[in-house]
Formats: sequence, C-alpha cells, structure tokens
Amino acid sequence: MEQQLDGQKPVQKASPEMIHSLFLINHSGDIFLEKHWKSVISRSVCDYFFEAKEKAEDPENVPPVLQTPHHYLISIYRGKLFFLSVVQTEVPPLFVIEFLHRVADTFQEYFGECSESVIKDNVVIVYELLEEMLDNGFPLATESNVLKEMIRPPTILRSVVNTLTGGSNVGDTLPTGQLSIIPWRRAGVKYTNNEAYFDVIEEIDAIVDKSGTTVFAEIQGVIEACVRLSGMPDLTLSFMNPRLLDDMSFHPCVRFKRWEAERVLSFIPPDGNFRLMSYHVSSQNLVAIPVYVKQNISFLETGSCGRLEITIGPKQTMGKMVEALMATIHMPKSVLSVSLTASQGSYTYDITTKILIWDIGRLNPQKLPNLRGSLSMQTGVPKPEENPSINIDLKIQQLAISGLKVSRLDMYGEKYKPFKGVKYLTKAGKFQVRT
Amino acid sequence: MSTAALYNDQGAAEAAVEAGQETTPTSSSSGAAFGLFSTDFKKNEDLKEMLESNKESLKLEAMKRIVQLISKGKNASELFPAIVKNVASKNIELKKLVYVYLVRYAEEQQDLALLSISTFQRALKDPNQFIRASALRVLSSIRVPIIVPIMMLAIKEAAADLSPYVRKTSAHAIQKLHSLDPDQKEQLIEVIEKLLKDKSTLVAGSVVMAFEEVCPDRIDLIHKNYRKLCNLLVDVEEWGQVVIINMLTRYARTQFLNPNINESLLEEGSGGEKMFYGSDEDEDEDEKEKKAEAAAIAKRKPYVMDPDHRLLLRNTKPLLQSRNAAVVMAVAQLYFHLAPKAEVGVIAKALVRLLRSHSEVQFVVLQNVATMTIKRRGMFEPYLKSFYIRSTDPTQIKVLKLEVLTNLANETNISTILREFQTYIKSMDKDFVAATIQAIGRCATNIGEVRDTCLNGLVQLLSNRDELVVAESVVVIKKLLQMQPEKHSDIIKHMAKLTDNIQVPMARASILWLIGEYCEHVPRIAPDVLRKMAKSFTNEEDIVKLQIINLAAKLYLTNSKQTKLLTQYVLNLAKYDQNYDIRDRARFVRQLIVPTEKSGALSKYAKKLFLALKPAPVLESPFKDRDHFQLGSLSHLLNAKAGGYQELPEWPEAAPDPSVRNVEVPEWTKCSSREKRKEKKVEKPFYSDSEGESGPTESADSESDSASTTDSASASVSEESESGLESESEEESETEEEEEDKKEKKNQKKEPKKPVQESESEQSSEEEDRKPEKRSKKLKSDSESDSVEDEGSESESSPSESEDFESEAVVTKKKKAAESKPPSKSVRKEEKKEKKEMSLLDLDDFEPTPSPQVTPVNTLLSNSLATDLEGLSLSDSILSPATIIPSGALKNYELLHRITGEGLSVEYCFSRQPFSPDANMVAVQLQFTNNSTSDTKNLHMEDVRLQSGMRVKEFPEIELLPAGEMTSAVMGIDFCDSTQAANFQLCSHTKKFFVSIQPPVGELMRPVFLTENEFKKEQGQLMGMNEITEKLTLDVKCRNEHAIVQRVTTAANLSRVPCGSDKECRFAGRTVTSSSLVLVTVATREEGAAQLMVNCEKMVIGTMLVKDILLALTQ
Repeated sequence: MEQQLDGQKPVQKASPEMIHSLFLINHSGDIFLEKHWKSVISRSVCDYFFEAKEKAEDPENVPPVLQTPHHYLISIYRGKLFFLSVVQTEVPPLFVIEFLHRVADTFQEYFGECSESVIKDNVVIVYELLEEMLDNGFPLATESNVLKEMIRPPTILRSVVNTLTGGSNVGDTLPTGQLSIIPWRRAGVKYTNNEAYFDVIEEIDAIVDKSGTTVFAEIQGVIEACVRLSGMPDLTLSFMNPRLLDDMSFHPCVRFKRWEAERVLSFIPPDGNFRLMSYHVSSQNLVAIPVYVKQNISFLETGSCGRLEITIGPKQTMGKMVEALMATIHMPKSVLSVSLTASQGSYTYDITTKILIWDIGRLNPQKLPNLRGSLSMQTGVPKPEENPSINIDLKIQQLAISGLKVSRLDMYGEKYKPFKGVKYLTKAGKFQVRT
Repeated sequence: MSTAALYNDQGAAEAAVEAGQETTPTSSSSGAAFGLFSTDFKKNEDLKEMLESNKESLKLEAMKRIVQLISKGKNASELFPAIVKNVASKNIELKKLVYVYLVRYAEEQQDLALLSISTFQRALKDPNQFIRASALRVLSSIRVPIIVPIMMLAIKEAAADLSPYVRKTSAHAIQKLHSLDPDQKEQLIEVIEKLLKDKSTLVAGSVVMAFEEVCPDRIDLIHKNYRKLCNLLVDVEEWGQVVIINMLTRYARTQFLNPNINESLLEEGSGGEKMFYGSDEDEDEDEKEKKAEAAAIAKRKPYVMDPDHRLLLRNTKPLLQSRNAAVVMAVAQLYFHLAPKAEVGVIAKALVRLLRSHSEVQFVVLQNVATMTIKRRGMFEPYLKSFYIRSTDPTQIKVLKLEVLTNLANETNISTILREFQTYIKSMDKDFVAATIQAIGRCATNIGEVRDTCLNGLVQLLSNRDELVVAESVVVIKKLLQMQPEKHSDIIKHMAKLTDNIQVPMARASILWLIGEYCEHVPRIAPDVLRKMAKSFTNEEDIVKLQIINLAAKLYLTNSKQTKLLTQYVLNLAKYDQNYDIRDRARFVRQLIVPTEKSGALSKYAKKLFLALKPAPVLESPFKDRDHFQLGSLSHLLNAKAGGYQELPEWPEAAPDPSVRNVEVPEWTKCSSREKRKEKKVEKPFYSDSEGESGPTESADSESDSASTTDSASASVSEESESGLESESEEESETEEEEEDKKEKKNQKKEPKKPVQESESEQSSEEEDRKPEKRSKKLKSDSESDSVEDEGSESESSPSESEDFESEAVVTKKKKAAESKPPSKSVRKEEKKEKKEMSLLDLDDFEPTPSPQVTPVNTLLSNSLATDLEGLSLSDSILSPATIIPSGALKNYELLHRITGEGLSVEYCFSRQPFSPDANMVAVQLQFTNNSTSDTKNLHMEDVRLQSGMRVKEFPEIELLPAGEMTSAVMGIDFCDSTQAANFQLCSHTKKFFVSIQPPVGELMRPVFLTENEFKKEQGQLMGMNEITEKLTLDVKCRNEHAIVQRVTTAANLSRVPCGSDKECRFAGRTVTSSSLVLVTVATREEGAAQLMVNCEKMVIGTMLVKDILLALTQ
C-alpha cells in the first residue's frame, strides 16, 4: 500500500538534509519501524541493503555504506538490529554513523535495552525522541540529559499511571537545559544523598603467539562516572601518575585547557551516568599480561579425531585474584563434537556455531585449571589448516593494570559534602592467544 | 505477521483506557479486529471517533495509535481532517503527536494543511521560546508551496529572535525553505549573512550548515566571521563542529598558501625513487613546469604562515580529543589537507584510538587511514601493531587493515609484517586469505629485497589444499614472474603441472597466459599443455578459452612444427563457440597468424603483436590518489563524487588579501571591545577559566581581539576620555598589537584604504576643519554603529543562565585565586583582569544596587560617554537614553499603601534599566518605607500568581528594615508583552499582603537606536494591519519639539530616531519579551494639529500605545 503511494511520486531532486529517513530492521530482515524527516522514501530502497546483507552472510560484514541509484544507505548493527539511514547527498559518513549510535545509546538509556520488542512497545516515545534528535536531518538535541527533560523515560509505575489517568510522557515544564550554558547538565538538580562514584576500568588488548610471546599489547581504559550531586558542582579529579596516559578522549564537559596545563580533569558533570574519559596506554613492555596459556591443539592427519589440552596459569597479577576467567574457542567447521574433562569449571560446545566455551571462574594458583580431551572430526574432510585461536576473558578487582591511580577528587561551587568513591577493575579486552 | 503481538498489547492498553470511558460504543469491537487489513476502514472510523470526542485521553490514545501506524509505514492520511483540528490543543503531548502527523502528511493534503497555518503563526509569537521554535520547525516542515511567503517572514523574524534556540531553528528552516523554493535564495542568503554574525555557539553550527546548503560558493560571507568561528569552535555542539570544520577546510584552501610548498618540491627532486607507485613519474611535462615555477616563487619568498591559518590549526587541535568520532575525523582531515607536513602526525594517535570504536567507525576510519598512509606513510608507522588483525575481526575490517599494513611496509619492517601475514594465511576466513596473498604480492613488487622470499612463500602455497588459496597465489605469482621471468622457469614448470588440478578459472587462465608468454623458457612442456587444453576446451570457462586461443597462437608463432594442427583444432572449436567474443577472437587470430594470400601486411607482424615485451604490472593500492576527495567525506569513501559534494579547491598561487578577515569595529570602541570580551567569557566558560587563560588558544583569542582593539584604537584617536580605560586592555595585548600594527601598515601599503581607516581619516580631517556637514555625517555613522552594537548586546544577553553562570564563575575564580595558589604573576594578572571584567559587566547590566567597588568606574564611564555624546550630537535629546529621561520623570506607582500595609508602604517604578539576570524581564524598582515604629524583618515575595508564560525574578529578601528607614530593591518581571498584572504576596516576618503590579504598555518596551534609513525601511515592512494612525490636536503646552519628545518618552520607553524634517518626531523601541519593533511617528501640522502613527507587529500593543501617547500629548 505504502509503496503504491510512493510509486506515483516523481523522483525528487536531491534534498539537502543530512539524514533523510531511518529504518529499523531486525535480524531476520523485517522492517519494523520507519521514520521520515521529509518526504517518504519507499521501503523498497532497503532491498539494496538486503541484497548486501544476503551477500555478506555475517551481519558484521555488511558494508556500512552502500550506494544505490538515487540514495546512499548508511547503516549500523547494534544489538541484533540494523539502523539503516537513507541520505541523498554528500555527508561525512562518520557523522551519520556516530549519530545512529547515539540514537541506539539513547534507546538503551531510555528503555534499558535496545531490542526490537522494547522499541515496538515504546514506539510513541521512540518517535518523539527521533523527532527531537533530528530536525530536517540535522542533529538537534542529542544529550540525554536534555532529552530526558523533554520526554520522560518510561517507568513501570508511570506507564500504569498514564494508562489510568491518560497522563503523558512529555514533561509538563518545558526544558531549560538546551539553553543553559552547559548543555549536558540539567538545571535545578536536587538529591538528598549527594554522591560521586568513579570506576576506572581497564581492558587489556593483546595478541599472544603460539610460543607465548606477546605480539602486541596495549591497555584501553575508561573512567565511568556516576554522579548524583545537587546544584552545579564543579569537580576536579587528579591522578597520582597522569603521565602514564598516552592518548585520551573526553566527555565534552572536561576542560581541555586545564588538562593540557595541569593534567587534572576539571569539569561540571552531567547528571547521572556518563563516560568521563577514555584513554590508552601503549608501549608494549609496560603492559603486564596477567595469565599465561599453555595449549596443545592438534588434529590428526588420519582418522577423524583431534586432541586438545589447555592449561591457564597466573603470570603478572600484581598479587590480586584473577576472577571470571573464561576461554572461548571458535572451532573449525569440521569439529563435530568434543569430549573433554575440565579440572575446574565447566565447558559447553555449541554444535551449530562451533564455539567452545570453558567457564573457569576463579584462578587458583596452587591448582591450575586444565581442560583436556579429544575432538571428534567429520570423516573424509582434510584436517583444518589453522588451529583456532583462544580468546581469554578475565577480571581482576581493585586493580588498574596500568598502575593508574586517582589521587583526589575535589568539589567546588557547592557547599555540601558529597560521598566520593573510586573503584578499579581490570578486564581482558580483545585478548587472543594464537595456537 | 510479526506485528500481531504489538496489536494485542495495544488492545490491552486500549481496554484499560476504555474501562473508564464507557461513552465510546464502537471501541469494544476495535480491539479484536484491529490487526486485520480488511477492517482498516472500521478501525479508522474508530480512531476518528476517538479524535472527535472531547476527552483528552481518548484523543491522545488515538494519536498514539496513529503514530504507531505511521511508524509501520501504513497510510493514515484519511484521518487528516480529524487530526488537524487538534493542532491547537493545550495538551503538549497531544500537540507534539499532531505535529508529527502534520509533518508527515501535510504535503499530501495541502488544502487541509493550510487550516493549521494560523495556529503556527500564532505560536510563532508565543512568549515561550520552545513553543516558538517548535512552531517554526513544523511550519517549515510543511512542504506546501503556497506558504513560502509566510515561511520567509517567519524565518526572518525568528532569525532576529532573542532566544538562540529559536535562531537555531530558523537556520534549519532556511534549508527547508531553500529546498522547497530555490527562488528564495537571495533573500535567504541575507538571513544567513545575518545569522553568521550571531555569537551564540548554539547557532553557529546550524547556520554554517545552512550556508553549505544554500550558498557554499559565497565564501566572502565567511571572511568577517572566520576568526569568530575559529574561536567559538571548542564550545559549539559536536555536530556543529563537524560542519564548521569541514567548511573551514574548504575556506582555508582558498585563502591561504600551501604550507608544504617547499617540501613538495624537495620531494619531487629526490623522492622519485622512493615513491613506489610512481605517481611522480607519470606527471605531465607542463605540470612539472608549473611546479618548477612554483618552486621559483617559493624560493623568492620564504613561506610564512598566515596567522589566521595558524589560528585554525591551533583551535581545532584540542578537538582531536573529542569523544565523537565524526569530530575527530573532521579535525584529522583538516590537518591532512591544511597542516604543514611536520604537524600532520598528531592526528595519527587519535585515529588509531578510533579503531577501538564500533566496527562501522573502524570501517570508515580505516578507509581514510589507508588513503593517508599512501601520502604520509611515516605518520602511522609507530602504530603498525595497532593494525594487526584478530581472528574475530569482521572480514571487511580485516581486509582494510591488511591494506594499511601493506601501505606501511618498507625495508625495515617488512620482515615483521611478513611474519604476521604468515599467520593470516592459515586463517579459516578464505576471503581474507586471498586478500593476504594479494598483499604479499604487493609487498614483493614494492620492496625488491623480499621479492624472492615472497615468491618462494607463494610457491609453497601452491601445494595448499585449499583451491582458492592456490588460485589466488597463481594469479599473484603470475604478476611477480612478469618482473623477471628468466630466473624462474622452474616455477613456471611447476605451475604448468597444476593445470591438472586447479579448477578456478582465473588461476587456469593465469597459468595458460604465463606458459604462452614464456613458452621459450619451457619449450617442451608448453605444447603438451596445449594438447591437454585442446581436449578440455569445450568445458572451460570463457576466460580460460580465450587464454587457450592465446596460447595456441603464441605457440604457433614460435613452434609451428609441433603445434600447427593443435592450433587449427582449437581455432575450429572456437569458431563454433556460443560466445561471440571467443568466435571473434578465433577469427581474428586465424587471420593474423595463418598466412593466406588474402591476409595483408599485418600477418608479417604477428609475432611482434603477440610476443611483444609486456611491461610488468604495477600492483597498486586501490586507495592511491583517493585524496583528491576531501577525506572523511562520503565521496572519498565511495571513490565517486556524491551529489552535493563540494570540491576541495587547490591551494592558491598567491594568497588573497588577508585583511578581509579583519573585523571592523563600530566606533564605540570601548564598549564594543569590552562587550566582545565579556561575551567571550560567556561563550567560553569552560576553556577560559583562570588557568587556561595563558594557554595557546586564549592567546589566539587575544590576538584576534587585539586586532579589533587596534582597529578601534586607530578609529578613536580623538576620544581621549576613554583612553584611560583602554590602556588596561592594551597593555595586555601589546605584543600582538605590534604584530597587528605591522600587518596593518603592510595592508595600508598594499591596499588603498579600508573602511575603518577611512573613518579614521575622516575623523582627523574633521578635527582639522570642523565643518558642520561633516559633523552630521559623522553623527549618522555614529548612530549606525550604535544600532549594530545594540543588537549585539541584545542577542548575547538573552539566555538568563549565561549571566548567572558568569557571575558564578567569577565567584569561584575569586575563591580559587584566594585559596589555592600562591599569588604568582599570572594569578595577579588574572585578578586585575577580573576586576575589569566585573566593571564591564556592570556597565552593560546596570545593577541598581551596585557594589561600592564598581561604582566609580561606572559613573566615570557613563560620564565620559555623556560628554562624548555631547560633543558629537547636534541636539542633546537624540542619543543617550540617559539624556532622554530625566530621572524625575519616572512615574511612581503605589504598591502598598501605608494604611493597608500597617505602617509599611511600598512604591514602585519602572526603572527602565535593563534587568541584568534576564533581558526578557522588565526591571521594577521597589521602594520600601517603614513608617511604623517597629522594625520590619524578612521582607520577601511569596505565592506569585501569573498568567501563563509570565515569569518573575524575585527581589532578594530584605532582612531588616528598621523603623523610619527606606530601602529599595529590584525585581524583574517578564510580562510576555501583555499588560496583565503580576500578582503576588509581599510578606514580612509577621504579615502578608496581596499586591499586584500592572505595567503601562509603554514600559513593555525598551529603546533601540535606529538610523533614519533603518527606521524608514522597518516602517515600510510594518504597513497595513500593523499601522495605526490617529489625528490629534496637541496640548497648548506641548507644541514644540522638545515637549513632544519629553511627553512621548515619558509615556513609553522609546528612544528618539534622528529625522531630517523638523516637522516630525520619530521614536523606536522593541518589546521586551518578543523583541518586536515599535515605531512611533508624530508629525506636526499648523495650529497644533498633528498626526500620530504607530507601527508595531503586535497590534494590541500598538493600539494601547496609541491611546497612551494620545493621552500624553493632548493633556
């Protein structure tokens, strides 16, 4: 029906807005929401996308930018959904991609997750959000603090009340935030408990080769903040050893000049949760690798089986406990099933995706976890060329592996005394052991 | 249908609503039948009914369902008439949803859509900025050509709105109107020009966007705003930053010189060998000549970077730290295209950081990095390992990383890279393996040292079990062998054997080509291969068949004895092939190689034709030369020009005049430069606190600032009275000023005269001969500059928060200065500045109860201003508001009588001063007198009751008013341009009194300065309904000009506008809240007859004002 409508219309001349339309597409290729900021573009434009999706097999491999005869399609893949935007003219692709991610982030924040069912359930709010976020294809209000003042996020209680009373999700008072000199903070914030918590989370990205030497390692860190402070607090966060940081990016609230001059983070925080900064510590020899992996995976040339043995032990853990240890292996297609014994934890093997997951838990330095056994292979198929690589996950509480330490947090501009706290956590990022 | 579930949900929600609303009979059936197409009609009926009910909740529910329909792409257009009625709804959410609907369907239902227009027009005048803004947004989104003039008017009005948010939406609306009706371009450009001058960070991004859409070629509009844009950039919102940076990149390419001009020459001289892709060799002769010419120029004149060029680079650099990938990319491309080679390196780190982001971001960034690595390999070399590939990367990312790694390969790192490639080849992802083999091939061609190693490695791959790997290797080996075939006949032999096994057509074709081409190296094997091929000819793919024909032809020419028959056989087979290409080829080849009596001269050259020496292929990156597209653009990504792409211009040969960017400063030097400084404070609260001030960006600020001060300083030589104040700021920026001075001198030499200088010379000449005409001219220009300035200060002080924040910042700064730092030099300097700034603040936003510290400066300045004005103006009643209203003329009104107030009496007057915390408010000065015998404590306001839209800023609590004493306080009221009273309770520690303040219409405006021409122009636009004329007879005492002026200005807060005729008096003002112009003309005739004319777009205000002025003039 809607396509007929469109068919009648002649092709318009390229219109200037950056983002013309948005389609939300689920994993199986159904368009379940569309929004047009100007004239309607027929859904059939998505066919080009579906074609590419078909070709790419893996959704991660769909090119983010596609060219069709009259339009360009720029898409992202988030939470098993495709956000597909249609543009007609030159626009920096990253601009659109970044914006689409911001839309997904906003959904996440509003609804707790970014999934098809949640979006369908809240379609009116979604529409209102999209209307505020983009005006004529140009981003208008993308700060969640501002949006939340204009459109209230749903809560279970409110939605019940709304249905009974016919109340609305739109704020009664119109926002002032947009005009405040600090666009990311609402005015008139009030809390009975004033608190500011900072989590320093570091991820180790590493590639370790067969022989156990580190091919490449670096640390990516973020500081996630949860700040619930009344009024207009002005915070200063300083580090014991800021020189460690190699490269960083900041939330717009951070005063860059102060950082340049004094290496302290000075900012008026947004209200609620936000990412204060992310940073990067490179220089390979500095990076401590917390665990080592001894592995032996072999596929026999004749016969249809292989052997696997993995042992994980502590390497440089700075005296802390390694927790939530997990190993994930993408097995070659020809591995039909596995029969293994784990000295600690449990393992699962998914026959369809060929993923072996060994969930170990806490690493006991006295008794190293070990996984061994045989793999049964498809008969008549040549042995796999490459051994699968092992992806490691782990967590170390109360440690920033780079050694970064927050020395103090000060607050200016308000009189009360806030609760302050800093937590450290080290995780494995893209930690890969080649075999 | 996957939507069924949703409908069910809805049904439930609906049922819940209906539980309380039994009045809708049809709804019971709707829930069940909803999901089916066949009942579309019925369903819409039901919605229609809900919309027409008078229950808000039902309407809302209906609209929600309609939005759901729209979101699924269903047609809901038939509901238009029912929905459009609700556009004026008071319920904000309902209204919003109606807006959503209207925007979607207005184009299809133009006639009906027009019904809603008046609602928007009304909303455009709403006192609430957000309502004005959303009305404009929706109005401009209704794509109905008939309303173009209305839109135009609305845009123009909104562009002058006090609220930056509304101005921002007006910038967006410009694009919408332009795409609706391109004929409006000229008028729209005017609006853009105006908005470009806007100083709000909120507006900057949007207006530049509009500029890019409507008139990207009008680069001249940017000149004057260039420095401002550079300085604002850090504080503009992220999306605006991207647009501005991209535009400035283009701008810089037209205005500045290539910073790498010398280096590119060096490169050309010595770098030919190093360039793998031989781009330099391909250059045309004349291009070289051109470069040589440029070299000559460069040698003559050493390159000096324009300070404005430097300013741009410096002010964009911090944005590399942005969390927004698009901003980082924008800065990166700016540096790539504009920065001196030595400085481009800074972007590498930031770009590598983006590789941690979402895979789509990685994809785009890697594409751009790939292009950059070809031009500037060194930049990314330290980050080589960041491009190493993980088995979990998506294939498209892997391939791009491979591309970058290949581009980065050189003699020193090739062994590490090859080792890395070694692991990639074993990957399970076969597309990736194929790409790796290609990459190895490219490394081998590019780096001679490793060619043999690579070749051996590839040959080993020939025994790989995977056919795809083998095939890809064959193709690559073929290319490598072409470089030195004589050394590798054994490899060719090896490959010949592969024809039995390899089935991939491309690989087979490659092998056949190799054997044919180098048949002399393998004379024994070649005929045998042909034999086999002849056997399988019919089953081969087309490309293989073509190569078989080729092979046959070549063998026939070199070794006809053994292969003659085979060749004939092959050619015969080909003659009857289904594919015409193959048939054609066979016919062609036969004619060439088989000599017959008919065959012409060509067959003699057959050998030369087939066995000519072929140049080795150049394996080059697909990203070569992509950088002629602006990096980061869609066109670059697609390697094809996208619609609306603006070419990145080549550097100019000689720099255009840099002085076009000098900002002329109106003659009220002091104020304006100060205002600017202050405004910068407001705009840049984050990067300009005390510590930051000495940073590089700041100095850039002061540089441009000093540019204006110098200009202005030169313009105002004669105004001695101000020089004392000036010196402070001069001191600060002395060094820069010197620079500026030099520059200016240079300019003076080059250019005849700039406008500023003109006025300067005018002034000095005026001092010499003091001719009256000159004076009047001067006066005119003076008042002109006034109006400009006035506008500036208006727009800038509008957001109330900014002021608040500013004062807060000052306070914290003080605190900091006091507690934390030892009084270092910079701090002291800072303090000094601070004081000055405070005084500046108070100059503009006169606080009725100024702190003692500030007062002297204030009076000094206003005095000096007054004396200046006296010296300049013809009649003393023209310019300064202070001179217009004698302070005694302020009328006092009673708020609380002594008796009702039980001893406390309160009077108020409209002080006609701008109310500093909020420019939209009218300042009301309250005078409290305690006539009782006891003290009154804690005087404050409570329970303010206002009409919607009105706001009140309460006066600060008066803690103690001793018996018999008087005190005063100031409060602000935003009357929303209406004469509705503001009601509130006045409370003391013991009692409460209900009081109300009702403004006379004349107090709802504030004076503006217009020139005669401006006045006439504005008047011309406010004709018809907006013009009210009354005839009157003047009061006997009021027949001279002075008296008229006196009475009108007492009745209304207006300022006099200069007028050529002495029969007319003109006045102008703007309403406080909506800033609508109010123009008043009193024309006198004989015998006290006169005509009063008021032009105002707010008709109510106009009518009331006419009444008041009539009264004032006739009594």
